Amino acid sequence: MLSAAFYQTAPVIALCASLGAVPLIALSRRHPNLREFWTFAAAALKFSMVLLLAGKVLAGDVVEVTLIQVLPELAIRLRVDAFGIIFALVSSFLWIVAAAYTIGYMRGLSEHAQTRFFTCFALSLCAAIGVAFSGNLLTLYLFYEMLSLSTYPLVAHHQDKEGRGGARKYLTFLLGGSVGLVLPAMIIVFTLGGNLTFADNIHHGIIPPGTGDTLVTCLFFAFLFGFAKNGVMPMHAWLPGAMVAPTPVSALLHAVAVVKVGVFCTTRVMLYVFGIDLMDALNLGIVTAYIVSFTIVTASIIAMTRDNLKSRLAYSTISQLSYIILGVALLTPAAVQGGIIHIANHAFAKITLFFCAGAVYVATRKKNISEMGGLGRVMPFTFGAFALASLSMIGAPPVGGFITKWYLLTGALEAGQMAIILVLLASTMLNIVYFAPVTFQAFFGRSQDEAPGNTGIREAPLLMVVPIVAAALLSLLVGIFPHVMMQFVRMVIS
Amino acid sequence: MDDLFFFIIAKYNYWAAIVLLFIGLFGIIVRNNLMKKIIGMVIFQTAILLFIVSIGVKRGATVPIVKFSLDKQPLLDATAYANPLPHVLILTAIVVGVAVLGVALALLQKIQRVHGTIEEDEILEDMRK
Amino acid sequence: MMDQAPAFMLVVPVFASLVLTLIGPLGHRAAYGLLIIAIAVSLAAALATLVQVVQAGQAVHYRMGDWMPPMGIELVIDHLSAGVLVLISACALLTAIYSMHTARQDNPDRLNHYYALFALLVAGLLGMTATGDVFNLYVLLEISALSSYGLLARGKGKAYYATFRYLVMGTIGASFYLLGVGYIYIMTGSLNMADLAEILSRPELKESVNVRIGFTLIILGVWIKMALFPLHAWLPNAYSRAGTTTACLIAPLMTKVSVYVMLRIMFTVFSADYIFQQIAWSRLVIYLASTAAVLGMITALAQRDLRKMLAYIIVAEIGYLTGGAWLANTAGYTGAVYHILADGLMTLCLFMAVGAIIYRTGESTASAMQGIFQRMPVTAGVFLVAAASVVGIPPTCGFFSKWYLLQGAVQAGAWVFIAALLIAGLVAAVLFFKLLERAFFGRLDDAVTEQGSGKPHAAALKIRMQEAPLTMLLPLVFTGAALFGLGIYTNEVVQYLIRWSVPAGI
Repeated sequence: MLSAAFYQTAPVIALCASLGAVPLIALSRRHPNLREFWTFAAAALKFSMVLLLAGKVLAGDVVEVTLIQVLPELAIRLRVDAFGIIFALVSSFLWIVAAAYTIGYMRGLSEHAQTRFFTCFALSLCAAIGVAFSGNLLTLYLFYEMLSLSTYPLVAHHQDKEGRGGARKYLTFLLGGSVGLVLPAMIIVFTLGGNLTFADNIHHGIIPPGTGDTLVTCLFFAFLFGFAKNGVMPMHAWLPGAMVAPTPVSALLHAVAVVKVGVFCTTRVMLYVFGIDLMDALNLGIVTAYIVSFTIVTASIIAMTRDNLKSRLAYSTISQLSYIILGVALLTPAAVQGGIIHIANHAFAKITLFFCAGAVYVATRKKNISEMGGLGRVMPFTFGAFALASLSMIGAPPVGGFITKWYLLTGALEAGQMAIILVLLASTMLNIVYFAPVTFQAFFGRSQDEAPGNTGIREAPLLMVVPIVAAALLSLLVGIFPHVMMQFVRMVIS
Repeated sequence: MDDLFFFIIAKYNYWAAIVLLFIGLFGIIVRNNLMKKIIGMVIFQTAILLFIVSIGVKRGATVPIVKFSLDKQPLLDATAYANPLPHVLILTAIVVGVAVLGVALALLQKIQRVHGTIEEDEILEDMRK
Repeated sequence: MMDQAPAFMLVVPVFASLVLTLIGPLGHRAAYGLLIIAIAVSLAAALATLVQVVQAGQAVHYRMGDWMPPMGIELVIDHLSAGVLVLISACALLTAIYSMHTARQDNPDRLNHYYALFALLVAGLLGMTATGDVFNLYVLLEISALSSYGLLARGKGKAYYATFRYLVMGTIGASFYLLGVGYIYIMTGSLNMADLAEILSRPELKESVNVRIGFTLIILGVWIKMALFPLHAWLPNAYSRAGTTTACLIAPLMTKVSVYVMLRIMFTVFSADYIFQQIAWSRLVIYLASTAAVLGMITALAQRDLRKMLAYIIVAEIGYLTGGAWLANTAGYTGAVYHILADGLMTLCLFMAVGAIIYRTGESTASAMQGIFQRMPVTAGVFLVAAASVVGIPPTCGFFSKWYLLQGAVQAGAWVFIAALLIAGLVAAVLFFKLLERAFFGRLDDAVTEQGSGKPHAAALKIRMQEAPLTMLLPLVFTGAALFGLGIYTNEVVQYLIRWSVPAGI
């Protein structure tokens, strides 16, 4: 058995693995293979550390490390608990998958500034793990900001007007939200209780009792909208704009790391700063549930109207993210479980979908769904994976999304919220409406080109197809064996 | 009326300082000619120096040099001497003032060489070009 | 030796400046070397004093010529001044090292005289910080002001008129201060700060109108010196037209030391009790400070000239500092003092980076930033760090000063100030983002327009790497690292320095 001291350093190693890779990646810019090796090495190191920590957490332990005592009353603290480890597992594992895919994509298109790309990629993963392991609000904020900044060059990667416009919007929303809303809210929370460390359980927050209801409500909404990465309307506008980024960025960052960090921060604050009891007492949960329900339905409707595949996926993301917040906001055990498990389920499925969009682009340079007729016959693996992941989005068994829907519906029933059940059903219908045609067209639609077999369109490079299939299989596996992740989720609840 | 008269007369040194202060300020703010601004500035400074010097004065007191009585004992009655400290301070402040004046004049010379004028509006116009 | 440190700290630069005026014939290298040695000694002495103060846990008193106060002049170095002293001498040393190329560029002839003024300014600022006597403070204020007029006027051309205006405003400010000191002297008969504090705490003087007038005049004078809105008009032109070295030396230090003087007058000579109970201007001053912060930043956003932009940022930062000091609580005070240190380093870092960019590109408008990340990657990186600090992104020190200031504002219920801090932060983000976007990508038409065309970035090919010389780069990188260092060691700074200096009664 590994010593306790090792577990103290493991979160730091997990955090620094990608940070340490940054100079190595930057230095080996003349040797692409070496450079890519560093990425893989860091990703593997990070994942193995997270796995070890997951074992520790499963045994019922919580690893806490104080990194730096920055202020007399506040420290940069890491805490590895069940909630954090779910997100850390997902994001560190998907980094490995995405790294392979990214290399295939970037080389397939011979993109410029690949070194900058991989450097920023590694940095943002460091920030994502930092968010997952944050032990208090200050640490969370620090890594949240770090993520915003390190993903900016990725979004603006193409450096053209569209890319820079999208990136500008991206930073405006994210920095505006975090500096304008989260920072003051955080300071007010600190002034109220003199403490920013997350509570031990999800029932009691750290807001001292006796705080005025109006103030608590204001704080709550400052956090909900301030963490603009969570894509709750109206703070979602950056997300479709940021889709101009290269597909691997959209896939890993905007389906997994960035948006999930937003949602993770939101739920972390809801559960561990405000606590279920306080939210229940002030009816904050149900109000939030309605706000995000609006987002779920509206985003789905917008998604239907989009022909650009990535844009449709972006709106689908906005809608699906709100599932997570919805689950937590319903405050019943089943719903909270459904919300949290959706962090993992959505990640695996959405990354598959984005990977597929990228693969189609690399293979055919096509971006619009209407042009994809018949492509499924030449790219069976890609579109097979797409179909599987779509099922997860819709929530059909046996894919992961089904688990989410099951728990969410149970939770809504427990809470007695018929309106929410209707929203979930409506959203499921909408998901079918906008996802099914893509697969259908690809396999059964008529090709625009005369004879698809002769246009030279082939399956995307192997380095892309393997990750796609792997990610799709994963989302199938989490559907068939949900208890692996549910163990952690139950620990959050208990 | 008498009250006001005595109020002014009793503290005439203050009033003189205040009048000078405003003359100086007027020069700095209103005058367009930079040389006149400097003159205003110097008047402004001098008014303050005058004010501080005048507070050391005491009625019927003598210069602050220790006198001796017939039996060679020093006379240390503070009321007999004017307060020397303001004078000493002002001596320093005068030196500072002179230095500032020197720098100001040197700058003015440079301004004249660069812009060809020491009228403020003309300088501003010259800089806009 | 150790207990003579405060004297060495002041005397060495003064003598250095005397010697420097004479060694013209020895050439620029001798002048450069002497300046660096003198300021390094000063820094060592300041550090030694800091250690002494922290170890003893109380102020170090040094009696000049062994004359007892209140007759003699004493230097009083407490936890507040020790920190500021180290800041001044460290910034000065970094600037001195940095000045190797730029000072010669700006002063082809008589470099030794320039350096003499440099040393004199440093001595003046150190003296202002260390002195325990209000009149002595006036004299040192004028010494540093005079040397700064001299330094600023070395900027040639438009600098003369800007300096002239600064001179007039500065003299008015100093005169107000002197007049105020006169009033206080009439009422108390003393000039020693500790003595004054004791006399002024008597109830009959607390009610006195004359003391009130004296305080008003002194504060007004100090506000002019520190360029608090709306008395800031002289600053942007004077700073933006100066030579690079001058700007690096004066911009971070002059206004910060003036803020220090304000804190001294408010809390050492007068008391928190007097300021916030009797004077009770807090609301008004906080409104002024908030306006300064917001307007300063917005005006900065409108500038095209890089250094003018930075100069307006200083105006905004003065708003932060003033607001923090007048919040009348511990967190606000801590924020203000910490921000003196943080903002000193931030401003130094920004001016150094911009100076290096101007030195290499020969341009001083925003277009000089074009493609800087390719051309001068280290400089651009440090600029990025400094920008992050101004915006307030952790873990740079700017975040922590904002943290304390906001916390103080929340405690005081000063919602206007909170809003001002947040808006100013966001405007700063926009401002630096505009610059950095250019620095990162170059102009839009240089960029790759065809998506995924496989063409390498056009601008990257054209621009050759052309980093600033090592003597500029080293201080720059050090300052950038210090921004992180100060941020990470906030706890220590607050615990060992600032906590000790929190005045009684707030």
